[in-house]
Amino acid sequence: MTASPQLRASSPVPKQSVLGRIWAPFRNAWRGLTSMRTALILLFLLAIAAIPGALIPQRSLNSQKVDQYLADHPTVGPWMDRAELFDVFGSFWFTAIYVLLFVSLIGCIAPRIVEFAQALRAQPVTAPRNLARLPHSRSAVVTADPEVVVGAFEQELRGWRTVTRTGGPRARDERERTVSAEKGYLRELGNLVFHISLVGLLAAIAIGKLTSYEGNRILIADGDSFCSTSPAAFDSFRAGNIVDGTELHPMCLQVDDFTADYRDNGQADMFRSNIRYQSGSDIEAGIWRDAQLEVNKPLRTGGDRVYLQGHGYAPTFTVIFPDGQERSETIQWAPTEQMTFLSSGVMRFDPPGGTYPDSDDRRKHQIAIEGLFAPTAQMSGTLLASAFPAMRDPAVAVDIYRGDAGLDTGKPQSIFELDQSLINQGRLVKQTRVNLYPGESTTLDDGTQIRFDGAVDFVNLQVSHDPAQGWALVFALSALVGLVVSLTVKRRRVWIRVTPLDTDTTSRRTVVELGGLARTDQAGWGDEFDRLADRLLRQPEIGLTDEQAPAAPGRGAPRPQEAR
Amino acid sequence: MNTDANESLLRYSDWAFRSGFAVLAFAFVLLIIEYAASRAKSPAVQRNSVLVTAGGSGDAAGPATPGRSTRPERTLGERFGNMGRSVLFVATAALLVSIVLRGFATHRFPLGNMYEFVAMACAAALVSGLAVLNRPAYRSLWVFLLVPVLILEFLAGTVLYVSGGPVVPALKSFWLPIHVTIVSIGSGILMVAGAASVAYLLRMAVGDRDTRLGRTLARLPDAQTLDRIAYRTTIVAFPLFGAGIVLGAIWAEAAWGRFWGWDPKETVSFITWVVYAAYLHARATSGWQSTRAAWINVAGFVAMVTNLFIINFMVSGLHSYAGLN
Repeated sequence: MTASPQLRASSPVPKQSVLGRIWAPFRNAWRGLTSMRTALILLFLLAIAAIPGALIPQRSLNSQKVDQYLADHPTVGPWMDRAELFDVFGSFWFTAIYVLLFVSLIGCIAPRIVEFAQALRAQPVTAPRNLARLPHSRSAVVTADPEVVVGAFEQELRGWRTVTRTGGPRARDERERTVSAEKGYLRELGNLVFHISLVGLLAAIAIGKLTSYEGNRILIADGDSFCSTSPAAFDSFRAGNIVDGTELHPMCLQVDDFTADYRDNGQADMFRSNIRYQSGSDIEAGIWRDAQLEVNKPLRTGGDRVYLQGHGYAPTFTVIFPDGQERSETIQWAPTEQMTFLSSGVMRFDPPGGTYPDSDDRRKHQIAIEGLFAPTAQMSGTLLASAFPAMRDPAVAVDIYRGDAGLDTGKPQSIFELDQSLINQGRLVKQTRVNLYPGESTTLDDGTQIRFDGAVDFVNLQVSHDPAQGWALVFALSALVGLVVSLTVKRRRVWIRVTPLDTDTTSRRTVVELGGLARTDQAGWGDEFDRLADRLLRQPEIGLTDEQAPAAPGRGAPRPQEAR
Repeated sequence: MNTDANESLLRYSDWAFRSGFAVLAFAFVLLIIEYAASRAKSPAVQRNSVLVTAGGSGDAAGPATPGRSTRPERTLGERFGNMGRSVLFVATAALLVSIVLRGFATHRFPLGNMYEFVAMACAAALVSGLAVLNRPAYRSLWVFLLVPVLILEFLAGTVLYVSGGPVVPALKSFWLPIHVTIVSIGSGILMVAGAASVAYLLRMAVGDRDTRLGRTLARLPDAQTLDRIAYRTTIVAFPLFGAGIVLGAIWAEAAWGRFWGWDPKETVSFITWVVYAAYLHARATSGWQSTRAAWINVAGFVAMVTNLFIINFMVSGLHSYAGLN
């Protein structure tokens, strides 16, 4: 260790093996990554990186807002898009930060788990020579035998890990006994549980992201039903990367009704929907079960959840073609005003076969309806508005078109608006604009009659599947428990030295010295130590005296007590 | 259905809130007077008083020997301070009464909008302040704590105020009282931690200088005490806030179909929690323990206040229940 310069010059630093030299930068990088300072910086980066996720519109939450933002900021928008600022929580940089943070975390706690396991097996450390030099100490003379004293102390220190030693190399007196006591092992355990749980939580979320799916389906609330056999059964379907749609939990849903309670000011009070469902083996058995969906009360079946996510109105129109054939349709219109449920949408009718001689003629006589629906109509002149979200006095204000409604184009058509290009090209021609109450109809110049029959409620159901969310909850809760334990448990060490005072065996006086050390949470330890010392020394079998303990040889001046 | 709010109870609740605010402002004035009137002790005296405090029951002006005669006369400033403390109890009680009355008036748990949420967080800050800053030696810290509380109460009573009424269906849940109460209590306690950290930073920056500002700040508890107050309140609030987030996730799973979706409020609460996690790590990292840790705590305070209600003004999200957006 203390090699002289000459010696060192003659024997140079032992050369690292090639493997060692290659390994060194990795080892150093690993040490750097797992250091507390790095963890701290990564935590900061994580917090800062999440800020744009709160302030900039996110695709995962609202893609229309992102499109709006891109339209409003044509110069910076695309650059922000390239930097994945609209998908912060899936972006490469956010992922990089949390992956590094978790690697750092695992690298930090893995050795600590080993150390903790060793510490659990180890005995409390031997008493220091001079207990009076500890931050808190006490000494007293008692009348009981050293053995009795030690026994009483061990009894009183239940819950502490204790070990009693006699004599020993550091002893001032061969007859002395020392009790080393330590408690607070749970603190590190809680700490480890907290951090391991975070890893588990991340794993559960990752597995959930890969294997989960959610699909939305709109159903008219008059007995309309569907079965979730494939993604195609849903109106929209979002799934994790390893979901191929072949193994969806089979479920059939039928919506019997929907009720919305409103207060007089139009504020919603509660939404509920009575449904019937078949789940898993029910389908073969042909069993239908009843359930009621409410806001905050999803249906849970077979590990899946069914949510009542939205509702609206689906108007019904009937078209009576010139030859007397009728076609009726009921389709959901989108609520455009959330307070009044003024809704907008379209409806397209293909003339029935036989009305027109050939398919070309038939295509030119399709009927399209586009307009507004008000559940409680409020007319100002001919302008339709809605006064209340519940259906009290429904009416529609619609434009009626005739021509090619786009049904045969092969191009997907929006269910809420007409293809403007068809109108611009003159292929779809507006015939009239009317306001209709239920039962009222209008007649076009060729005798086609269009009748508004009324409206029914529709509901938007969401089926969600996440096999890992239970684990996420378990890990979140164990993280919390671990956190509370690691923040509340205090690590304490107490040593007690018991020495016979007199050399002759007739008098029984024993000197007891106590010293205590707080390994964490210094604050309050002074009082705690005093209470513990009182409890230990005031046991009746010990026989505490008022006598001052003689100063031990080599004992320094007691240190001033620290502030609590 | 006639379950609308009871108007007269609602009026009493508003009165209690307003008078509570006025009383709190009065307490603030009294505490400022005490603060301004108390003379900073010279460094030597202060060192002695630290030693005395350590041994005794914490009364800095406590006599060295028992006996009534040695107790010094209370100064005018101290009297104002004692008065301020009593008035603080009144203000806290008034705020709590206002919250309880609102609950009775609206026949629901009184945490259905931003006004009620901020009022609850302020009440939590006041109650935890009364619990943590009870010693006369800590009283000067109240001046720092009351600034954010008064501002928040003022905003709650003006900008955020809505008359009591029933809540929207999404808020009709078993989890509402649990989730929102825990989050607001956690936020309230974190306000105490933030006030202590700000005071600590000021004290560390200028507290030793013999300038007017330095002498003013020297009247605060010593830096070590401020640091300890910040730490002890944070370790209570951090798990509480974490529990609030977890409970929110449990509710979100039942209400919105997923337990976590990076809604703006979820995101900012995540940020807040991570910042406080960084604070606790900083306390255990050499070189980061004192001033830097306090800065992190202040950053957490900013994130917490942002999460409390500023985020509702900045962006609309699923937590927009206040009728603000």
